[in-house]
Order: sequence, then structure tokens, then C-alpha cells
Amino acid sequence: MTDTAHAATPGLAGYNFAYLDEQTKRMIRRAILKAVAVPGYQVPFASRVMPLPYGWGTGGIQVTAAVIGPEDRLKVIDQGADDTVNAVSIRHFFARTAGVPTTTRTQDATVIQTRHRIPEAPLQRGQIMVFQVPIPEPLRWLEPREPETRRAHALADYGIMHVKLYEDIAHHGQVATSYDYPAMVAGRYLTAPSPIPRFDNPKLDRSPALMLFGAGRERRIYAIPPWTPVESLAFEDYPFEVQRWSRPCALCGATDSYLDEVVIDDQGNRRFICSDTDRCEQRRAEAAS
Amino acid sequence: MTAPPGGALGAAALPAAGLEMAVDDPSLLDADRLMVRFGARFACRDVSVRIWPGEVIAVVGESGAGKTTLLDCLSGQRAPDSGSVRYRTSAGGIIDVHQESEMVRRRLQRTEWGVVRQNPRDGLRLDISAGGNIGERLMATGHRHYGRIRAAAADWLERVELDVARLDDLPAQFSGGMQQRLQVARTLVSAPRLVFLDEPTGGLDVSVQARLLDLLRRLVAELDLAAVIVTHDLAVARLLADRMVVMQHGEIVESGLTDQVLDDPQEPYTQLLVSSVLRV
Repeated sequence: MTDTAHAATPGLAGYNFAYLDEQTKRMIRRAILKAVAVPGYQVPFASRVMPLPYGWGTGGIQVTAAVIGPEDRLKVIDQGADDTVNAVSIRHFFARTAGVPTTTRTQDATVIQTRHRIPEAPLQRGQIMVFQVPIPEPLRWLEPREPETRRAHALADYGIMHVKLYEDIAHHGQVATSYDYPAMVAGRYLTAPSPIPRFDNPKLDRSPALMLFGAGRERRIYAIPPWTPVESLAFEDYPFEVQRWSRPCALCGATDSYLDEVVIDDQGNRRFICSDTDRCEQRRAEAAS
Repeated sequence: MTAPPGGALGAAALPAAGLEMAVDDPSLLDADRLMVRFGARFACRDVSVRIWPGEVIAVVGESGAGKTTLLDCLSGQRAPDSGSVRYRTSAGGIIDVHQESEMVRRRLQRTEWGVVRQNPRDGLRLDISAGGNIGERLMATGHRHYGRIRAAAADWLERVELDVARLDDLPAQFSGGMQQRLQVARTLVSAPRLVFLDEPTGGLDVSVQARLLDLLRRLVAELDLAAVIVTHDLAVARLLADRMVVMQHGEIVESGLTDQVLDDPQEPYTQLLVSSVLRV
């Protein structure tokens, strides 16, 4: 991941590699190093204004720009799909500003920027996942005051999070939090895994890939280094469970993937298909051959 | 409930031994010459108080006398400008409350101490069910079994004479007196040894006050609690307290056994206070 003067695309000479100036990349890398050194801790950083609105992945783009190099291969997904507007735009952005090759195949990517999903294909050593995070603070909905949440993290005082789970079970008979499910990272910091479904939480645990989380508006970066234990919160008598579907994917027949419900006509008919488009396509290609 | 199985705060054990207190002095809490100033004014001036196990002590005085500031210092919520508060833990060690780390202080406040505030809105989480409110201290000290936490919450709801059917109701839907009883349950669920009550009956009408006082008196006796009660209501002190201290302008002007102070006040201010009570 070295910086080279970038002249791959005509007309962009004079711009820095991967859009950000070198000082900014250095600042973000420092934050990333600290985040990796203290797994789950939210490191403040001087988030820059990016050429897209807050909430569209400004944090993720800055992290990607800081870690990507010319030899990397980038994949961008939004809700698991490679072909949605946000994913296509960000992929093109880096193709233009960094000149890096892009891919939709999870296995071929070295850097994967994501919103809302972790790919179904197992991640490998050397891969970097970059998450776009809207609200990095897992306690935010329970405690609106930032000094109080910081103190809670400093003292590992997370009882209130279990109160939230208790309330879910008392009112719904189960933990109703289905995405951004809180997890303890390395037994120390309570962490919001960004809005991934809780289906993906087990993929964070002892993953061979490096997980980086960037929150542009909230100006925070945090990380889950490879092989770090990540434990989703639960009660002894109400253990953590992932979502399950009673039917397979309508396109590829997968029974082990996260399914999206899609309304297909005006009569309200619907079907369930894989949210990970790359995995779904690969399975269908395998079945056809 | 069984011993807490761990958790971050649960792991931060209180020191078993530390500073020395005289062996023949088994006092629970020893506040020595506390000073708190707000600008040129003293909220506490050379205030020394001792609390023995199982004893209820009332702090009385008019508003602005420094009662709540003293309570905040004793319960570790406000560091005094000078002076010390020493506490004997259940493990037998003595700790200097304001010299300890915030983590140890929080652990004390979650386990061996409890604070009941004047306004239940300050002491309760109004958007969380009664059961969640009672269970919070258990969960904060590492309890992770939903069924047992819920059973403990239901048990305590019953002990403070609230309808168990309201376990999942929000405190916002409770009356003032019920909220105050819920706050008592939430505080006592972790079996504290020392409870700080700040005007627990303030703002309640007299019949509700009477029931709450009955409840407190019963629980204090049952659980062998030590308690510090701040009140401006001398009748509350008479009913609950073994000993009382009278404060004026941040200083203790008189202290002694409750009946002795109320029946035979020595200081002019105490005499004024006692004679000001309306008799019907």
C-alpha cells in the first residue's frame, strides 16, 4: 500500500493517489493504527468533506482511500449488492481517482468497502473490510450525552446495554434488535458493528480479515483486527441467535445465506432472494455448468 | 441472588485491606472535616460524621444548609475541597472513597451503596419498564440470566407493595408515590449495606408519605441497613432515625440521639427549628 505519484488516468495528473492529500491520509492512517492497537475503541479523526453527502459512505471512502494501493483490487457492496447506485458510484470513484482494478468477486478482492453486509463467502487472510458507519456509538440511543458514553467505555460500564436487551425480551419475547447488534470486542469495548444484520455478527468473530469501520459524520474510526474474539451480547437463558428463513433463495436455492424480501408484482406476491448478489450469481453459474 | 459471576465491573474487586482504622472502632463510614465551597460560601464547613452498621442517621436543616452537598460527598458523587470519607467494605478493608479510582467508586455505588433521590425522575429510567429498572443494578454487576433477574425484580416489586402485574409497565405511568417505591426497590435489589436517601418523601402527600415511611422503616429493620436520610421534615427524622445532625450554613450545629435533640434542643437554631413545626 505505497503511495505513488498518480498519473494512471489522463487529466488527473496533479491529483493525489486515491483522491485524498498525503497529510490527510497520514492522519487517517494514524487513527487506523491506534484503532487496530485498541480493538473496538472509537478513535476520533479529522473527517474531511467528501464529494458525496454524509450518510452515503464518507467515512468508508476516507478509510478506503487511506489504505488502498495501486496493487489492490476493490469491491464495493451496498446491502450485499454490487450493482446498486451507491456501490457503483464508489467503485467508479476509486477506479478514477486511484486507477485500481475493481471486481465484484469477493474471493478476488483485497479491499471490500461495504454498507450493511459482510459477504457470504468466507473472508481470507490479507483482505480488508471497510464498513460505512452511520452511528459508531452503541450506547447512543440509551445515553445521548457523549461525555457519559465515553465514561461508560472508559470504565467498561455496560450494564445499560443489557437493560436494553432485557426490555426487548420482556416486551417481545426475544431480542428484537435485528441489525447493528452490540458486540464485545476482545472482551473489553462494546462496539456497534454498523448496520450489518445480526446474521453477520458471527462473521466478525476471529475473522482472518482486518475489519475497519469509518464514521464520517461522527468522525470516528474503529477496528477489529484479524482473529479478534467478538462476542454478541446475550443472556444465559436467551442465547444469541441469527435470523433464519423457512425457504431457500428463489434464484440460487441457497439455504445458508441472508435473504431479502422482494415484492415482484402489484398483487403483493413476493419472493426471497440472496442479498449477496455475487454469491448468488456464482452459485447459479456453478449450477448451470 | 447468587454471587455476581463477573463482568467488567464485577471483576473490579474492592480492596480487602487498605488504610487502617482503629480496630475497636467498627464504624461503617467516617467523614472527617469535609469542606465544600461555592465561591465565598461554604456548603460544608468542617463537617465530620460517623455512621455505624445498621444505624439510621438523619441530616436536618432548612434548604440551603448544605444537606444535599454533604450527602453527595458522603456517597462519593462530589469530591470535597478538603477532608476525607473513609468506608469499611464488606470484605473488611478500609477505603478512602475520594482517593479511589472512579471504577472502584462506581462499583461501591452499584453494590454496597444505594442512593434514593428526592425526585424519582432522577433516580429512575422512565422509558424503561419497572422490571428493567430494578434489574439494572444486577445486570451492571454481571448478572446474565434473564429469568433470575426477572424473578428478583418481581420479588422486589412485591416487597415494596407494588402490583407484580405492572412489572413491564413504564414508570412514567406510575404515580409519584409508586415511582418512589420503585426507586427504593431498584436501589435495594443488590442488597446494599448503606443507603443514602435525599428527601425521600418530598413532594408526596401525607398518606403516601406515611406508607413510604412505614415501608422504609420495615426494610431498614429487615435488611439491617445503615442509612443516611436528608430531610427538612422533622417528623421523618423522628420516625426513622436513631441519631440526627442539625445543619445550618454548612455547619453542624447540633447532633445527638433523635429523641434527645427533638425533645430537648440545646442550640438556638435547633430550638427555632423544632418550635417551627406546625402541630395539628
